[in-house]
Amino acid sequence: MAHESTSANPKVNYEYRRRKARDEMRGQVTSFAMMIFMTFIAFIIVIADFDKFYAFPVLLVLAGAQVVLQLYYFMHMSHKGHGTAALFLYSGALIAFVTILTFLTIVWW
Amino acid sequence: MSTVAEKRGFLAVLWDYLTTVDHKKIAILYLVSGGFFFLVGGIEAMLIRIQLAIPDNDFVSAGLYNELLTMHGTTMIFLAAMPLLFAFMNAVVPLQIGARDVAFPFLNSLGFWLFFFGGIFLNLSWFLGGAPDAGWTSYASLSLASPGHGIDFYVLGLQISGAGTLIAGINFLVTIINMRAPGMTYMRMPLFTWSTFVASALILFAFPPLTVGLFLMLFDRMFGANFFDVTMGGNTIIWEHLFWIFGHPEVYILILPAFGIFSDIISTFSKKRLFGYAAMVFATVLIGFLGFMVWAHHMFTTGLGPTANAIFAVATMAIAVPTGVKIFNWLLTMWGGSIRFTTPMLYAVAFIPSFVAGGVTGVMLASAAADYQYHDSYFVVAHFHYVIIGGVVLGLLAGTHFYWPKMFGTMLNETLGKITFWLFLIGFHGTFFIQHFLGLMGMPRRIWKFLPNQGLDLFNMISTVGAFFMALAVIVLLYNVVITQIKNVRVGNDPWGDGRTLEWAIPSPPPYYNFKQLPLVRGLDPLWIEKMEGRKEMTPAEPLGDIHMPNNSFIPFVMSLGLFIAAFGAMYQVDWRASDGADYVWSIPVLIIGMLITIGSMAVRSLKDDHGYHIHKEELMDDHDDKGGRE
Repeated sequence: MAHESTSANPKVNYEYRRRKARDEMRGQVTSFAMMIFMTFIAFIIVIADFDKFYAFPVLLVLAGAQVVLQLYYFMHMSHKGHGTAALFLYSGALIAFVTILTFLTIVWW
Repeated sequence: MSTVAEKRGFLAVLWDYLTTVDHKKIAILYLVSGGFFFLVGGIEAMLIRIQLAIPDNDFVSAGLYNELLTMHGTTMIFLAAMPLLFAFMNAVVPLQIGARDVAFPFLNSLGFWLFFFGGIFLNLSWFLGGAPDAGWTSYASLSLASPGHGIDFYVLGLQISGAGTLIAGINFLVTIINMRAPGMTYMRMPLFTWSTFVASALILFAFPPLTVGLFLMLFDRMFGANFFDVTMGGNTIIWEHLFWIFGHPEVYILILPAFGIFSDIISTFSKKRLFGYAAMVFATVLIGFLGFMVWAHHMFTTGLGPTANAIFAVATMAIAVPTGVKIFNWLLTMWGGSIRFTTPMLYAVAFIPSFVAGGVTGVMLASAAADYQYHDSYFVVAHFHYVIIGGVVLGLLAGTHFYWPKMFGTMLNETLGKITFWLFLIGFHGTFFIQHFLGLMGMPRRIWKFLPNQGLDLFNMISTVGAFFMALAVIVLLYNVVITQIKNVRVGNDPWGDGRTLEWAIPSPPPYYNFKQLPLVRGLDPLWIEKMEGRKEMTPAEPLGDIHMPNNSFIPFVMSLGLFIAAFGAMYQVDWRASDGADYVWSIPVLIIGMLITIGSMAVRSLKDDHGYHIHKEELMDDHDDKGGRE
């Protein structure tokens, strides 16, 4: 099949590349819209002066979601060949999380 | 071109080594400087043991004793064990995966010179007003109170050499991920490569906490901050956490490569493939992972509370499981194998019971309740020396004998090697086995002297005698190295005769481009597969073509030298400020000049393009006479 060529020449498999690029663009626009929306919610929460115990977790979750969208859609981690990078990223995040959890529970209690 | 050393002037050789970016030469640099620091740390250990040989001894003063024990630990961990492991990683890992060099040859050189200058800086403390004296852990409550510049030397020296280690770790990660030869899948990598990979990942995650801790300490001691000062609202325990978040993975950074060396040695000299290869890989990764979840077991007695102690105790004991998997796999590799007891194999066989002894006391120490009894006693000293010497140092000595022909093209004398082995093994157990009982009898660690007639006299004497056996073993090893290099009998590709992995498929030492054609890897133990099918060398995976090589560079040396100079400025500006600007007026200019040298050389490196050079196909074709001799 023609579209399996790995040539770097942009004229090879023009149709296939076009379709891929369109899908990519759709994903990016969607996630961009979602990120704007999440930022909007975050601002609302702060402006509306919600209770701290409600606002902090929601803000953190929204921030986390934005990081994931950023990594996967804008920094191309959803593409093939990023498995090792993802593995090291998550391992690092896990170790940092355990460290912070320990500090919060037994150092700064 | 021949790889056998040509007659060249001393200065030409020196310049070659100062500027080299070749992983094989950097390996030799690591081996020589790591070996030097090993001797320095060893001399410090001998002085400690002489002081403790008889009760109420006055061989060294109390202050000097504190400096000796601090520098012994710091030197052995940071400046001897790790660089020596890096020596073997550099010498062997690129060959084992069929690469022509590491991914970043320039960074490789930079990593070495940072380590080297950091180590020299740390050891200059002996001549510049006293060495650090707060133990290798340098707990903040002690070290903030330490007068003089000892701790400053520790902080700045480790900061510089730690940066080098971090660079080296990242370099190996990228090398192993990206530079494997065609067919070399992850699950076909030799165990030494696997353990290097996991150890490098541990370096990547463990060194940043150390860097942070050292920076906080640096600000506290040199710029008047109060991160660890309880009277000013700081928290001294945070140093302990940061140190051990680094310090515990550090233990695995040391032991995993040693496991890898032993795995390769045991399968080579048992003439069998490693038993349970996949389980070995999994166990290595699991040990690395769990290594980050257990650091607080060093701090059971700081009052973390029963819940935290219990969690960390259980996590610690869990590590015994993958370690046990490895022990049984080594035993089963030997089971039914055609075993040859060469010097490296003797070390490997002796390693198993020695390390298990260290592991068993490790599980004892992991029980938080019992640890209150063992804490800060000689039992702990005995435990970690069983793990570090019985595991890491035996691995380093085994690796020295095993990989010597690949690094230098000569074989160390086997008889002398076996004499070294027996002297060292007897000395090691003589020194440290008895310390378990000294600890249980109540002798605290890090004490300068003990009083007579408390039942400690005889055992301490035995321990000191054992230490002399180890010293003798090291002297025999050095003699062995010297006569081997003087005789200079060259060996071929596979001097042990049973080599299984790629490094034994090319000449010893390998030509500077390693592989003329990258090899095609068809399974685990690729050279063994070819041998079993009657071939003597690897099947090439590519036609003969030009090889792209990096240029030598002096910049890494200058970059590291700049930080070395800047460190003196950073340290003595404390005196400058204390004297209201009257003395040490040179300190701030020195700090600035040092940083300018470093930043300037970074700028040169960034702005000046260095595309390397090509070895042309024609030169490679003329180069057919460097095949190994012995088959």
